[in-house]
Amino acid sequence: MKLRVLVSLKPGVLDAQGRAIEHALRDLGHSQVKGVRTGKLVVLDLDTADPVRARALATELCEKLLANPVIEQYEILS
Amino acid sequence: MSGASGVRVGVLVFPGSLDDRDMVRAFARLGADVQPVWHKDARLPELDGIGVPGGFSYGDYLRTGAMARFSPVMRAVVDFAASGRPLLGVCNGFQILCEAGLLPGALVRNRDLKYVCQDVRVAVEDAGDFRAELPPGRALVMPVKHGEGAYVPDPEHKPRVAFRYVGGSPNGSTDDIAGVTNTAGNVVGLMPHPEHAVDPLLGSTDGGALLRSFLAACAAARARR
Repeated sequence: MKLRVLVSLKPGVLDAQGRAIEHALRDLGHSQVKGVRTGKLVVLDLDTADPVRARALATELCEKLLANPVIEQYEILS
Repeated sequence: MSGASGVRVGVLVFPGSLDDRDMVRAFARLGADVQPVWHKDARLPELDGIGVPGGFSYGDYLRTGAMARFSPVMRAVVDFAASGRPLLGVCNGFQILCEAGLLPGALVRNRDLKYVCQDVRVAVEDAGDFRAELPPGRALVMPVKHGEGAYVPDPEHKPRVAFRYVGGSPNGSTDDIAGVTNTAGNVVGLMPHPEHAVDPLLGSTDGGALLRSFLAACAAARARR
């Protein structure tokens, strides 16, 4: 089964890319944009049909490689 | 140059490393017996110190240094560091050592999203074992060239700051941190490039003081063994 993992910088860490996008959107006249944070989506195709196992494996992969816990957070989406 | 002759230094080479040759050349120039070490080598040759050079290992995919951390050579490098022998990470090498957990903290995209390439001035604060020619307060001029050099400390592990940018950081580093050392003091990582500052032709020879200090630490480690 496939699992999507969203990796992004933790709230306190400056997301320079997100800030640049935010400025660009405001420059385009979208003054209602109050903040932009970016992240990356990793799609894992796992050799299991068991959602509990898949999630456990995805968590392990996030901890080991996909996210750096010093600066990043991750969320396992369906 | 005394003291460094015969010191055995390995320079790691990953796919995408690009400052490895400059680092090899700089160490050789200072009298070290230096050899490149390929990332697939799970066993290290007999070495007194290791340099981890700059570049774009594994294309900087995922995060800078994230993939290199899992290269076969890195397990041996972790053991090497645990033995107390000196390890120097420059630029991408610094990023790799942070990802590998050998140094605290992480490096993220520069504040202004721009790749910076310029000479910077850093001041020594606590160079750990590399203190031979690096007393606290000594200023060094060296070049930086990176897109992801903003240092973010680990909130649970306050770093020993080895070098701080003077007059503000070029990249948005927390507290202007340019380089750190580990608790033991045998692992040092920094964004500026000492290996590019060893020849008057290139504007500064201050990097030589850092590399000689590293070699002095290597010689001391060798004498202890």
